[in-house]
Amino acid sequence: MNSRTAHVARRPGQRARWFSEIGWRHLVGIIAVVYAGFPLVYVVSASLADGGTLTGSNELFASVSGANYAALAGTRFWTWMANTLVVAVATGAGTVLMGAAAAYAFSRFRFSGRRVGLTALLVIQMFPQMLAFVAIFLLLISLGNVVPGLGLDSKLSLICVYLGGALGVNTFLMYGFFNTVPREIDEAAKIDGASHAQIYWTIVLRLTAPILAVVGLLSFISTFGEFIIARVLLQSEDSWTLAVGLYGWVSSLQDANWGLFTAGAVISAVPVLALFLFLQKYIVGGLTAGSVKG
Amino acid sequence: MYSPVTRGSGRTGWSPGFLVKLVLIALVDALGVYAVLAAWGAESWGVLAAMVALLIVANWAYFSKRALPLKYILPGLAFLLVYQVYVVAYTGYVAFTNYGDGHNSTKEQAIEALLVQNERRVEGSPSAPLTVVADGDTLGFAIVSPDGAVQAGTADQPLEPVDGASVDAGQVTALPGYDVLEYAAVLERQQEVTELRVPVSDDPNEGSVRTQDARTGYVFTSTLEYDSASDTMTDTTTGVTYTPNDDGQFEAADGTTLPVGWRVLVGLDNFVTAFGDDRYAGPFGKILVWTFAFAVLSVASTFLLGLFLAIAFNDARLRGRRIYRTLVILPYAIPGFLAALLWSGMLNRSHGFVNEVLLGGASIPWLTDPVLAKLAVLGVNLWLGFPYMFLICTGALQSLPTDVLEAAKIDGAGRWRTWRSITLPLLLVATAPLLISSFAFNFNNFTLIYMLTGGGPRFDDASVPLGHTDILISMVYSVSGLDGTAAKDYGLASALSIVIFLVVATISALAFRRTRSLEEIA
Repeated sequence: MNSRTAHVARRPGQRARWFSEIGWRHLVGIIAVVYAGFPLVYVVSASLADGGTLTGSNELFASVSGANYAALAGTRFWTWMANTLVVAVATGAGTVLMGAAAAYAFSRFRFSGRRVGLTALLVIQMFPQMLAFVAIFLLLISLGNVVPGLGLDSKLSLICVYLGGALGVNTFLMYGFFNTVPREIDEAAKIDGASHAQIYWTIVLRLTAPILAVVGLLSFISTFGEFIIARVLLQSEDSWTLAVGLYGWVSSLQDANWGLFTAGAVISAVPVLALFLFLQKYIVGGLTAGSVKG
Repeated sequence: MYSPVTRGSGRTGWSPGFLVKLVLIALVDALGVYAVLAAWGAESWGVLAAMVALLIVANWAYFSKRALPLKYILPGLAFLLVYQVYVVAYTGYVAFTNYGDGHNSTKEQAIEALLVQNERRVEGSPSAPLTVVADGDTLGFAIVSPDGAVQAGTADQPLEPVDGASVDAGQVTALPGYDVLEYAAVLERQQEVTELRVPVSDDPNEGSVRTQDARTGYVFTSTLEYDSASDTMTDTTTGVTYTPNDDGQFEAADGTTLPVGWRVLVGLDNFVTAFGDDRYAGPFGKILVWTFAFAVLSVASTFLLGLFLAIAFNDARLRGRRIYRTLVILPYAIPGFLAALLWSGMLNRSHGFVNEVLLGGASIPWLTDPVLAKLAVLGVNLWLGFPYMFLICTGALQSLPTDVLEAAKIDGAGRWRTWRSITLPLLLVATAPLLISSFAFNFNNFTLIYMLTGGGPRFDDASVPLGHTDILISMVYSVSGLDGTAAKDYGLASALSIVIFLVVATISALAFRRTRSLEEIA
């Protein structure tokens, strides 16, 4: 009886306290989720809309059809998708291999020029490669006169340009992580007769796999969305990446191409979104260690 | 005891690893030698020298026992040197030249282009029976001289005598080394045929052979004449003499210049143009201010919202925390270019989702009004960027040392006091380097600006293609003319790039020094 009256008496106060401690967090959460999510709901709805125009996409889920997705087959969308994946996967893999090798050298060997090299990398990090796009364009014109595959309008040369930025961005991240792998392990292996290459490939790379995954993923994601260099270098529509191609659709005929664009956007967001959500834990670890996604 | 001692580059002998290395180096060498030969053929001495140097270093590094660290650094270093260090240095060089439309090439190429562009058919010049031929895919002409000899050439290959041609009724019917084009094929490539010029000889002053009807060739000679001894151009129709000036153009005594120039060093002219020229200085000043405002406000707004959400979700008693977190970071998992394009549609004035649905049919010019466009850019960047700040703030909050917080509680500090004196300073120390990188990233956030507003709305007081939401990097892009909307000016574009380099590097350097001192205090 006593406790019951106390309970009843406390109830309004309790609710206010619940709200001031927990409830408002739910309120904020719901608002934040709506804010973060409504453009995504919109793009899915627009991609399923019948008409395929900007005007006709405003009523959410008024019609559901796969017409826009089917229409993509009649465009260069899948070529662009393939180009983008080729470039992004090659860049991601190359970045990991070259960055890890350099980080290994800086972390494990003591050689003259090591300190200068590390400082130089730190300085180079401050000069974003994309700012030099005019010079890159001019360089590729002259390289293209010599070896056409390394000139403008080639995926290979785009990959090479991206790899040029690989060492500057991520070596430091890896270097720090490599330093946390105890040197005693390598020394033990060396005494057992392993060569430096065996130590690198079979021991150090396995122990540093998490950071390699992070660097590879971040490099994949930022290459996937890179625009300015791809736009300057890739001139024929068949070699465009998604960023260049989809921009072309929206900038030329926004209203008419809206259905195509939204369907393309949903498809091209899927690989990145999936990677991101499945490997969230690793990526977040890498982000807090200092990378920036493009 | 019988096996050789292993040291330096590892095992001696033919282990699988050594074989792999051998194959890889052989491949690199083969490609490298091919590139060297190609560079020789194209007479690109710079590329040639760089390739030779790279090949020598690569072979030395992988076969010497003393170059152990270099074995691991070289692959990345080679790309870094060519595609980053070199291009940054080259940007620095171009910034001091007038490279761009009208000044595209070397002086020799400019002279040749001038001579070619001013070629006219001279009255009464000789004509000759002509046949269109092809060497593979390249078109060429074969002509029959009055003495019956046959000469052939293409655009790159001046006319030279060819033996063994069959001539029927004054026309060539077969020619060794070339295919004679059928009439139908000529019609199909009519435009190419009428535009083709086959030089008479290596000397551009001698002119070229051209045709209008694919049956008769005429010699065209230039109305300009270049005299290499005095380094002057003379117009043979008017008699005016042009001499080279300091801007890389041929200039007559009355100040008129010939249209094709060459690139020369112009000192600080490009920087003077950016800061002092009437056309550029005004927009440049506005764009500089807006770039700073955009970068600072973007970092501040995303950080505050991210921090607020991180605090809101940082309570173990909150149910569904993981779901909230996952949903809130979704914008961050979308590639930036898609988000910017998506918002450009949603903010469309007449048909966009924001005006039509959220604001009930309003017609607000989100992307075309100078002030609203800036707000829109900031708003979209807030949507794009707050999840990143949310992630790093959550990480930082969770790794705060609990003992310090407890000590504050024991000392009787209230919630607000703890927050202001303990949590916030520690949080800032942890996140400051990331805020700086975020600033540098937004300072150059080309994708967002270009895809959302394209830099527009345009300034109405400028003859240059710049607008109210342009930031420095998108200004560089417009000025460079690589999008085809304006005259190319690589020199000015590179000078602006250098300005950005300096700003970003200075701020990073200052800020990193400050964070280090912050850490020492903390």
